[in-house]
Amino acid sequence: MGFQRISAIIERDMRKFFRSPALMMSSMIFPLMQLIVLGYAFGGKIKGVKVALVDEDHSAISRQIRQRFDAIEAGPQTMKIEDYSSLSNAELDLRTGFVRAIVYIPYDFSRRVEQGNRPRIAFIEDNTDNFVASELLTRMQGLVQDINKGLNPFQPGQRLTVPTPRLNPLIDLQVVEVYPYIEYIKYLLPGSISMSIFIVAMIGGGITFIDDKSRGLHEGYLVTPIKKSELILGLIFSGAIKGLMAGITITIIGGLIAGIDRLWDPVRLIYLGIVLTTTSVAMLSFMFLLMVRVSDPLVPRAIFGVLNTLLYFPSGAIYPIQGFPPWLRAISYVDPFTYAVDALKALLLKNAGFEAIYSDVFVLVGFSVILVSLSVVFFKRQI
Amino acid sequence: MNTMETNAIEVIKLTKRFGDFVAVDEVSFNVHTGEIFGLLGPNGAGKTTLIRMMTTLTPPTSGDAIVGGHNAVTDPDGVRHVIGVIPQALTSDPELTARENVMIHAKLYGLTGAQRAEVIPRLLEAVGLTEFADKLVGSFSGGMRRRLEIARGLVHSPRILFLDEPTTGLDPVSRTAVWEMINKLKEEASLTILLTTHYMDEADQLCDRIAIVDHGHLVALDTPAKLKDSVPGTDIVEAEFDNPPADWNAALEKIDGVASVKIHEGVTHLSSTSGPQTVGELMNLARDRGVAVRRVSVQGTTLDDVFLYYTGRQLRDAAAETTRRDMSHLYR
Repeated sequence: MGFQRISAIIERDMRKFFRSPALMMSSMIFPLMQLIVLGYAFGGKIKGVKVALVDEDHSAISRQIRQRFDAIEAGPQTMKIEDYSSLSNAELDLRTGFVRAIVYIPYDFSRRVEQGNRPRIAFIEDNTDNFVASELLTRMQGLVQDINKGLNPFQPGQRLTVPTPRLNPLIDLQVVEVYPYIEYIKYLLPGSISMSIFIVAMIGGGITFIDDKSRGLHEGYLVTPIKKSELILGLIFSGAIKGLMAGITITIIGGLIAGIDRLWDPVRLIYLGIVLTTTSVAMLSFMFLLMVRVSDPLVPRAIFGVLNTLLYFPSGAIYPIQGFPPWLRAISYVDPFTYAVDALKALLLKNAGFEAIYSDVFVLVGFSVILVSLSVVFFKRQI
Repeated sequence: MNTMETNAIEVIKLTKRFGDFVAVDEVSFNVHTGEIFGLLGPNGAGKTTLIRMMTTLTPPTSGDAIVGGHNAVTDPDGVRHVIGVIPQALTSDPELTARENVMIHAKLYGLTGAQRAEVIPRLLEAVGLTEFADKLVGSFSGGMRRRLEIARGLVHSPRILFLDEPTTGLDPVSRTAVWEMINKLKEEASLTILLTTHYMDEADQLCDRIAIVDHGHLVALDTPAKLKDSVPGTDIVEAEFDNPPADWNAALEKIDGVASVKIHEGVTHLSSTSGPQTVGELMNLARDRGVAVRRVSVQGTTLDDVFLYYTGRQLRDAAAETTRRDMSHLYR
């Protein structure tokens, strides 16, 4: 044991650290970023969930219900009511995920209230997101309870002089859950699949690209007549193929682990293929634009964790976007993860058709086109 | 059009600035079709920047480079089709085999399957890598990788080949192998070859003409022989004599063209403007005076002397002083 030799190693490391503290500093940003993003991404109050209202009754009491919804919209803002003229339209939008629940007031509702003939309101719920579903149900139950107080023939303090009527005018809230109960592991699966594609984009796209560049391998390509767009598309597609392979693998293994029903449904597999392909291309395009002017091999490694936090958690993969503060929602709008997770949830948790994913696929494709175009603009063909 | 037939490359007042630093300053020269042309200079002299401007990798600040009849700035793709480039850094993919490396490049140049099937084995044979064709390049020595990269640079049958420091970092055996290859290529493939080097012997052995570059300026351009001739009085005649008379040194000094006579450890060193002429007169004088000549040799002017003459410093000194501001190896 020699103290001088130990201190020599310490001195060497400290000198190196103080000469380029950027990497260490960036690693300190990572936990802070995670603290902020996770802190706000988890457990926020659910707000602005779209709920369809199908009022076939058009009575004074159904308007009263509508007013109470308006009060929720203005107050805690849990839900945003969309009026639908027919139940079938609302059901279609529930399937595609445009609305997360339907409040159905049947045509004979007010008549039954007056007759005291067990009036019913149906609450049809997309229960794929337990956080959203339970919050909506709580609000809905509270609302019905409030209305029932006005209908209750036995007001508090009222003297029971009249014999109890045999009839019951109280509203019965009938809750319909559209899907079988979704365990959290199933809920997480779409995020994990997207994550596998992201990791490939990072390693097989970003890091490989910068490493080849810094080793000078690209110089060998740049002296050939290859065009910028050809080189960029080649690099993006090769990365996307790797991403697609990772995505398919994790979909199958993860699907088996999480116990997704009828995993091998061929139609759904085709839709999954479309979503995984567009997601891979979008992630690679995103990565390429980030790396297009980078030449230091440490950069992609340093920002790996930060990017992961910044893209994965705001995507709605672990907690619904409706629970986010506005700035986190803003990130989720420009995050390719969000659209991938949304489409994968529709396919894996709801076994929905193309009508539920086309908007996500459209956004991912548009996203890729914009990012690739920007990459071509910013890529330097020359050294 | 006539100049195009004789000149494969025309460089006209080519200039490159990186901020305040002038890497290449109004350099002009022509490279004749079919010759091996050497850019000789220390690290940081601007050789790589020059080659990168000619090969369309770096845009010049001003000036023109006409390569194979195409302007490198206005028609870079025209240039890229007629040139093969072997950059200074080893740019072959270590994770691919030799054959795969050449094949990818053949595809980048648009060769058809039939063309590839013919060209790839022929080129691998030409650079002596046939038996290693399906080995990963990561397992190759530096010399093997360099030879592979030369094969790769020739896959589209270019008319002009650029080699940036083709033997830097190679062991002496590999260097000789690369030199032999370059000479063979020039003869067999009727290529025009432009190479950069900071090795005097390499420039001397390989090049038909040499341009000496220093601090971004072209300081001299000619054949190696003429460059050496242009340096006055630096031939050294070494001789040993049996029992020379006392006034022998004084007699030697009177020979035409002899600048000085020094005796070092029994060997007489005469510095002369013309070695062979001095040897002849020295032999006559010895016969007349009855002095026996045990040994005589002439050491000609080397390119080191030429570099010293034109730049005022030894190449190794120049290298030490310029490496600090050498930016050419940086990948931007």
